[in-house]
Amino acid sequence: MKTDDHVKVGQIIDRHRGEDGTLLPVLQEVQEVLGYLPEEALVEVAEGLGLALSRIWGVVTFYGQFHLSPRGKNTIKVCQGTACHVRGSRRILDKIESVLEIQSGQTTPNLKFTLETVRCLGTCFLAPVMMVNRDYFGKLTLDRIEGILNQFCKG
Amino acid sequence: MRKVNLIINGTKLTVPEDQSVLQAAQSMGIEIPHLCYDSRISPTGACRLCVVEVKGKENLMASCTLSVSEGMEVLTNSERVKKARKIILELILSDHPLDCLTCEKSGNCELEKYAYQLKVSSSRFLGERSIYPIREENPFISRDNSKCILCGRCVTVCEEVQGCSVLDFSQRGFATLISTGLDRSLTEGPCVFCGNCLSVCPVGALTEKGRKFEGREWELKKVETVCPYCGCGCNIELNVRNNRIIKVTSSPESVVNQGWLCSKGKFGFEFVHSSDRLTSPLIKKEGKFYQASWDEALTLISKKLPQIRRDFGPDSMAGLSSAKCTNEENYLFQKFMRAVIGTNNVDHCARLCHASTVAGLARSFGSGAMTNSIGEIEEADCILITGSNTSETHPIIALQVKAALRNNRARLIVADPRKTEMAELADVWLRHKPGTDVALFNGMMKVILKEGLLAEEFVGKRTEGFDEFTRVVKEYILSQVEETTGVPADLIKEAARIYAGSERATILYAMGITQHVSGTDNVLTLANLAMLCGKIGKRSCGVNPLRGQNNVQGACDLGALPDVYPGYQPVDDIAVRRKFEEAWSTSLPDKPGLTVMEIIQAIEKDEIKALYIMGENSALSDPNSSRTRAALAKVDFLVVQDIFFTETADFADVVLPAACFAEKEGTFTNTERRIQRVRQALSPPGEARADGEIICSLAEKMGQPMSYSSPGRIMEEVASLTPIYGGVSFPRLEKGSLQWPCPYPEHPGTKFLHRGRFSRGLGKFHSTHYGEPAELPDSEYPFIFSTGRTLFHWHTGTMSRRVRGLNEIYPEALAEIHPEDAAGLGLKTGDMVEVSSRRGKVRAKAEITDKSPPGVVFMTFHFREAAANILTLDALDPIAKIPEFKVCAVKVKKVGESREKLG
Repeated sequence: MKTDDHVKVGQIIDRHRGEDGTLLPVLQEVQEVLGYLPEEALVEVAEGLGLALSRIWGVVTFYGQFHLSPRGKNTIKVCQGTACHVRGSRRILDKIESVLEIQSGQTTPNLKFTLETVRCLGTCFLAPVMMVNRDYFGKLTLDRIEGILNQFCKG
Repeated sequence: MRKVNLIINGTKLTVPEDQSVLQAAQSMGIEIPHLCYDSRISPTGACRLCVVEVKGKENLMASCTLSVSEGMEVLTNSERVKKARKIILELILSDHPLDCLTCEKSGNCELEKYAYQLKVSSSRFLGERSIYPIREENPFISRDNSKCILCGRCVTVCEEVQGCSVLDFSQRGFATLISTGLDRSLTEGPCVFCGNCLSVCPVGALTEKGRKFEGREWELKKVETVCPYCGCGCNIELNVRNNRIIKVTSSPESVVNQGWLCSKGKFGFEFVHSSDRLTSPLIKKEGKFYQASWDEALTLISKKLPQIRRDFGPDSMAGLSSAKCTNEENYLFQKFMRAVIGTNNVDHCARLCHASTVAGLARSFGSGAMTNSIGEIEEADCILITGSNTSETHPIIALQVKAALRNNRARLIVADPRKTEMAELADVWLRHKPGTDVALFNGMMKVILKEGLLAEEFVGKRTEGFDEFTRVVKEYILSQVEETTGVPADLIKEAARIYAGSERATILYAMGITQHVSGTDNVLTLANLAMLCGKIGKRSCGVNPLRGQNNVQGACDLGALPDVYPGYQPVDDIAVRRKFEEAWSTSLPDKPGLTVMEIIQAIEKDEIKALYIMGENSALSDPNSSRTRAALAKVDFLVVQDIFFTETADFADVVLPAACFAEKEGTFTNTERRIQRVRQALSPPGEARADGEIICSLAEKMGQPMSYSSPGRIMEEVASLTPIYGGVSFPRLEKGSLQWPCPYPEHPGTKFLHRGRFSRGLGKFHSTHYGEPAELPDSEYPFIFSTGRTLFHWHTGTMSRRVRGLNEIYPEALAEIHPEDAAGLGLKTGDMVEVSSRRGKVRAKAEITDKSPPGVVFMTFHFREAAANILTLDALDPIAKIPEFKVCAVKVKKVGESREKLG
């Protein structure tokens, strides 16, 4: 962690110190700022809030929302729900995996993308569908994939 | 406590309302199967095996978390319950490797036990299994998560009992497992290796790392005995096979420690089987040691000692007895010195740790021992700890303190220059300058007097010397106390108000109080404080010196002291002397003998010609140890009897191989005056013999036989001569331990002293005046030097440094230096430093830490390579003759860079 990050984590802890039940909000805010929860940050949160590291470890490994390794700048969520499945979402996923050269659950070495699958995005009428960050991309075809991903490669 | 009526399996019963259904059932002898419940920790209801049927409730309920209520009707073993339990077991077994053939827990496994009881031989629920690698990147504990049934006992015990929270549940669903924070190895976290997680594990998930394939549970002989390390006196079971200790366990019913142990008590026994053990007598000829037969060695001693007595008189000889040996052996040793040699020159290491306690508390109360019992600490509502790093030096007593804080919301006041774990847990931490104890506590008492917080009735009825005491304390001005001690006046006031205002306030102290030139005054001051507030002579109150060695209390009790016979009966009291002369059929010297440090001085002055040391390592343990070494080299004839060839043995003319605690019968007396049986589990190595046996053989060779058919017979003689042990006998001890005073065979023993009346009649206030330590820093030696111990080693390391695991965790001496001082010296952790005093110098690795305050350098004295006692000062307390180990002046110089990379 950079000095800067230490300062930020310290500020988050200070803001919540003395309150009850602060662990989850603190962890969420730290992740928001750092993009994930590095071990050093967990140690600082433990010391700052006076909680056992084992307890914090239990919490961060329990909830799916917490990430213990660096995340890509953009998160791709490929829907694998029933509607998407029958409309070929597996092929969509294969295509993305081959373009980005990573497997689902992994992050590209340049930290541009993290690729995940989800059970259903609730937009079956758009099947097969995926989300990149907060944007939906529906009725996907294999030839559209590279173009979509390229939009997020800039900057 | 309100009581409620309920019916269990058709039988009516009445129990306190805070009981669980499981406890209520147990109280009527009904066993309910359980895997996560342990009566010593909070119930969690995790395993569900203890389910019962409750009338009016649709679902089966976990009886460990279900409170009893009025009119409740419970069935603990109905068909429905039995069926549910079977299914629960099958579910557990569906994810458990059935490798009982080679599982170390087999025979002692609770899952195995209940599977057998409920006739569950396999599971219908086959499917995926959790398979994890075995984690054992630490010296002691092997964790096999594949066998874990997620009962959570280890998690609770670590959090509630030890307060470490090393383990917790992690992940979720099927992947749930017990792990450490960040899944690190145990050596990287806050683990103190007490092994209590392991002792509560119902299955084979947590086991002793070293016990693999060393023997099945049913092949191990369990021998109940007492831990040989500290004065807590924990009850342990040596699990023995083929004359080897395979592991150490402790029963949850243990009266002292409830089954809890510390790293040394659980894992510190490898030394017993060390190849370094002495196995035959050694005689030094022309500077070299040669193996000798017992006959040769004893003949030589039995010729030499009488010869020296003839030439120089009996007082030209001295003996150092051992706080590691049994009561019976200490009795024999002092009897040998007094009756066979004819001198009172007998002392032992209590002189170096609690001589000031024995002197001080005897003056104040009439009895120099812990006034109350260990088990009472848990029920105190205020605990004042001073000069005791309790978590490291008396780990099991620290658990009691933690229990009081947790269960009883007790207030904790810690007066200590060092930031110990107890200081960190304290409500009020008085970080006074080393050696300013009298000023600090007189300051507290000034507040108590001024604010009228004293116990006037108690003071009026039960004490004397109050007026003179008040006059002295009133002279103290808080602002001056603040300047002397460095503690803000407000904190002193707060501590005084908490202590005086509590119902059951207890004082715990150790060597931070006693090892000063003002040691006796320090003790008297604490005694004053307790009397002033009436916090003595009652349950969970008192003044409690935490004694260091396993049997230092016993060695004192049995008269291994120069001025008293067993039971603190003065040698210069004619009636007492007559009694012992008659019993021992000989005439006895009437003049009190020399103390440890006086013996060394007498050797220098050619007054002592022969020294017999049983189980002490004076060359490392004495202050200013270069001086002691010179004396050991000088004395004409030196006999050293020990289990190892110690640094002291090097100077001997004859070395005698002794049996260790596990190889003999006898008793130890722990710090709370509890006399407990020590039992033989092993035969001694080679020709080693029990210390008592050696002394008896020698007495016989010298024509004055001391012959006993067993240690029990020795205790009979002790009881007949020692009023406080008058009711103690081996047959009684077989049934359970006894706390002295126990004056006659029907007496139940004494949990706390001075109830209704002090041993000396009235409690006596003593006026104490703050005096500076003997050697303070100056421009040449600018730092205060202080010594102490760590959890992972014992004294001069002869035992603990022969335990590989303990050495792995704490391999070398460290000089603790405060960051502010380190900055001035250009030091970082890991650099080599030379610490020197006016008496010598040692080299050690620096550890930069704020544990000690600025201006103070701290070292442990366990390491021969960096022997802290080369530096310490042999200035003595004028009354107790205890040396000032805790304060002297040193300088620090960097002599080498850390080789470890930073970050």
